[in-house]
Amino acid sequence: MIAPSAYLLLSAILFGIGAVGVVTRKNVLIILMSVELMLNGVNVAFVAAGSYLGDAAGGVFAFMVMTVAAAEAAVGLALLIALYRLKETVDITELKVLKW
Amino acid sequence: METVLFILFGAIAVCGAIMVVTRKHPMASALYLILTLFAVAALFVLRQAHFLAAVQVIVYAGAVVVLFVFVIMLINVPESRLPVERATTTRVLGVLAAGVFILESAVLARRFWMPKGPAAEVGTVETMGRALFTDYLLAFEITSVLLLAAVIGAIALAKRKI
Repeated sequence: MIAPSAYLLLSAILFGIGAVGVVTRKNVLIILMSVELMLNGVNVAFVAAGSYLGDAAGGVFAFMVMTVAAAEAAVGLALLIALYRLKETVDITELKVLKW
Repeated sequence: METVLFILFGAIAVCGAIMVVTRKHPMASALYLILTLFAVAALFVLRQAHFLAAVQVIVYAGAVVVLFVFVIMLINVPESRLPVERATTTRVLGVLAAGVFILESAVLARRFWMPKGPAAEVGTVETMGRALFTDYLLAFEITSVLLLAAVIGAIALAKRKI
């Protein structure tokens, strides 16, 4: 029998790796994929907690997170296409028109 | 058996995740992302969340990653114009910060009590459907507004001229 903390630890590891990708990479596409990784790590925690506690809310929340992730990917990639048309780059440090 | 499968798929998920954030070309990252998502779907099956595992494969690996691959091929950045990555110091600091976060979570996870029984069937079609259409009906319906907003936003952003 696997301890619940094993699932929570795995979830934290996935979230942490995703966070590393977000803060250390410059390619916008890879940053968006790292955000997906972080959301997936959270889903692991939701599903594990839901099934150990016997509460359907865990699965429902994971389902909502998946919906938000799909919407986020669609809007994020549309933004990326619009920016690429304007700036011809996927380097996030080049996209600083809002920086004072 | 369950432990072996958990360690196997957990290791695949973590290795795939590491590959996603370390590959230079986004296409390689996208393919490793599929590997990680499938391993996480297998972990969902281990917790008896069959419906969520299916949704994970269909929505994530099927729709989201295909969208990523589509955009990577659409904008098709040449190898020479991929951004130069950050300095090693920044990267080491990022990894250290994530390591501290994971250690903190590990300590917290050991203190967080949960009954250690076999998996309750909370992620199957029946229980999920019942919960979604009774207790969480409002949230479920509002999700459709979110998706509509995302569709309109994505089209409006990516269109050349509105």
